[in-house]
Amino acid sequence: MNPEPPIPLHGEPRLQLLHISKRYPSVLANDDVSLVVRPGEIHAVLGENGAGKSTLMKVIYGAVKADMGEIMWNGRQVDIPDPAAARALGIGMVFQHFSLFETLTVVENIALSLGGEFDLASLAIKVSEVSKRYGLPLDPLRHVYSLSVGERQRVEIVRCLLQNPQLLILDEPTSVLTPQAVRKLFETLRQLASEGVSILYISHKLDEIRELCERATVMRGGRVTGEANPRQESSASLARMMIGRELPHCEAPVFEGERKPLLEIRALSREPDDAFGTRLSDIALTVHSGEVVGIAGISGNGQAELLAALSGETPVAREMVQLCGEAVGHRDAGARRDRGLSFVPEERLGRGAVPAMSLADNALLTAHRQDLVRHGLRRFAAARDFAQRCIERFDVRCGGAAAQARSLSGGNLQKFIVGREIMQTPKVMIVAQPTWGVDVGASAFLRQTLIDLSRSGVGVLVISEELEELFEICDRIAVLAGGRLSPAVPREQTNAEAIGLAMSGLFAQPTPESTHAA
Amino acid sequence: MIEVLIPILAGTLAAATPLIYAGLGELVAERSGVINLGVEGMMLIGAVAGFAAAVETGGGAGVGFLAGAAAGTLAALCFAVITLSLAANQSAAGLALTIFGIGLSAFIGQHYVSHSLPGLKPVALPLLSSIPLIGPVFFKQDMGVYLSFVFFGIVWWVLAKTKLGLMLRAVGESPESAHALGFPVFAIRYGAVLFGGAMAGIAGAYLSTVYTPLWVQNMSAGRGWIAVALVVFATWKPGRLLLGAWLFGGVTILQFHAQALGVRLPSQLLSALPYIATIVVLVLISRDRKLLQLNLPASLGKSFVPGR
Repeated sequence: MNPEPPIPLHGEPRLQLLHISKRYPSVLANDDVSLVVRPGEIHAVLGENGAGKSTLMKVIYGAVKADMGEIMWNGRQVDIPDPAAARALGIGMVFQHFSLFETLTVVENIALSLGGEFDLASLAIKVSEVSKRYGLPLDPLRHVYSLSVGERQRVEIVRCLLQNPQLLILDEPTSVLTPQAVRKLFETLRQLASEGVSILYISHKLDEIRELCERATVMRGGRVTGEANPRQESSASLARMMIGRELPHCEAPVFEGERKPLLEIRALSREPDDAFGTRLSDIALTVHSGEVVGIAGISGNGQAELLAALSGETPVAREMVQLCGEAVGHRDAGARRDRGLSFVPEERLGRGAVPAMSLADNALLTAHRQDLVRHGLRRFAAARDFAQRCIERFDVRCGGAAAQARSLSGGNLQKFIVGREIMQTPKVMIVAQPTWGVDVGASAFLRQTLIDLSRSGVGVLVISEELEELFEICDRIAVLAGGRLSPAVPREQTNAEAIGLAMSGLFAQPTPESTHAA
Repeated sequence: MIEVLIPILAGTLAAATPLIYAGLGELVAERSGVINLGVEGMMLIGAVAGFAAAVETGGGAGVGFLAGAAAGTLAALCFAVITLSLAANQSAAGLALTIFGIGLSAFIGQHYVSHSLPGLKPVALPLLSSIPLIGPVFFKQDMGVYLSFVFFGIVWWVLAKTKLGLMLRAVGESPESAHALGFPVFAIRYGAVLFGGAMAGIAGAYLSTVYTPLWVQNMSAGRGWIAVALVVFATWKPGRLLLGAWLFGGVTILQFHAQALGVRLPSQLLSALPYIATIVVLVLISRDRKLLQLNLPASLGKSFVPGR
């Protein structure tokens, strides 16, 4: 399982960073960071969101200029002013958010980033060769918009490989992959390393790093807090280095109250409005009082369309969505909220909150139902008071109720938005990507909050890409793949492997009975 | 029957020519992500510059085309500085350019109101022009029409077959990604906008020195707007633009022939036909959101400021 690296880890370092520092106006992103990567080594950079990993990689890739420090490449000091210079040195980078052009084909996208002669036909052959050799199947003539997220990542990797890199940087590459696809990616990376390519692997997922990497540099708050061989460390000890304390855990007590259906989705099908959208087909799911139901799956498999159909942004046929026994499929978002539905969207700024408005004004947007408006007139003091109570109860670190939404960190804004919805005592709460881009401490708080909410008799539906999160908080888990939903299975009866299989679409189409039987 | 058709079809081609020039230019600009609503203004500036140059030098339509292209380029340069370097709103700047062009051309054109030009004689291409029907329609035209075919071929080839065309489409799709790949986003957009200006200028010069070779105030009569609409109608594809231009050219010509053919409709209604057709076609196209979305340059109309 863990073969010894065939190339010994000594000799001249391929890349050496010496005392790199980078300051942004409000934050010191990198503080005296040093790092050594040898040929053929798979080196992890481990840290939370905001630990400074991405900034450090941008410095190596020439996208950001360091304020201080030196970069040594194969023993020589180098200056990397822009990404083109990095590519010329032999540094390739696979971004977390892909830089592909949707309406161009795979081979056109690759041609754009390669210099030399412009010959699409022969390049297409080369792309096929490289993709076959490294087990990354790709059709060079397909348009990028028709590719899945995993396939897009392959395009990025193949694009890097065509430039014969000596160092490949991957930024959170597995966040968009199923567990099975992760294993395949690891095989490809090991093959590359055995050919002498160095790999910098950025992640916050401890298990992956322990499986793949020989060495790890751990970062916290812009500083290096440790170097380790991840195979000799436990997840707990790595986590201590990463967040400075033990990994927090959630408590999920047994629900004592009456279990009755609150949100029922019946045979929901819908054609997408968007040309790049996913068709929802025959989705069935019931969320009961006192439980958290999770929907796993990789974004782009119908998540956005399902959320819009549930929140009421795109109304569907009347009977398809039932809220507390009432058919509401045809009603808009406001009417559904009036009936006890709360909804926390994935995009906090712009959808969950208006960036330039104060927290008090943002509270008013959905909580105007809580007597914050009378005779069509706003009650400013009441809205401020509501926001203030939300800030205190949910431990939102901010400059008070008058602070602009955009001035809050991701975790604190999410706490405020979730808090705003909970304080309206919903019957059903739908949350998308609850801890996306949120630090470990705030994540644990938000997860516990959702569990507690459900145990007070609310039905909670969570849509998330993070499998570990779903296994931590959900009572039942379903998978959305290709616009179809698998039956929701109790957490104890499934595992990451089974969920991963379902993510590739391998499951029996659910019937309304099967969701009840679960 | 064919004898009746030939003048109508030949006239259609000539009427479509200004739309092809202006439309191709706007298509290139929009493919780079810049929407220039100043086409009507640039056409008028090109028309008056071309007419004035042809009259003053006595050099004929060729000089007119060059002067029109230069004037259109200059007008587009103003637009490019405002919208690209200064990142101002493209729609507002384009509308301003149109208003400016209408005023400027009327002001300069005052001196030329009574003048007229000889225009261009049709040139029959050997062999090709003797093909029945196709020959007299396509190959007994003036040089301005032939030149528009050449430009169509160049634009189609560059967009479909060259790296430059690919880069242009990439910039229009996502200037941020193109910038990250190290493409000169500003240079490409400047180039596309200036090309659009030159083409609109030639379109205007064709109108004033060849199509109706005398100066009339506001002589483009909304053709610039039809060209902008045509680009959407063509879903940003040169081949469809050509077809669309012929369609609108045909509608324009039909109104002249309709009365001769005994159609009893008020002449005002007939003159309004091309504009009504524009509205109808745009409504029909806009109904198919997916068709538009798959072809629309994603960054169209959005300013690009690196690092934001």
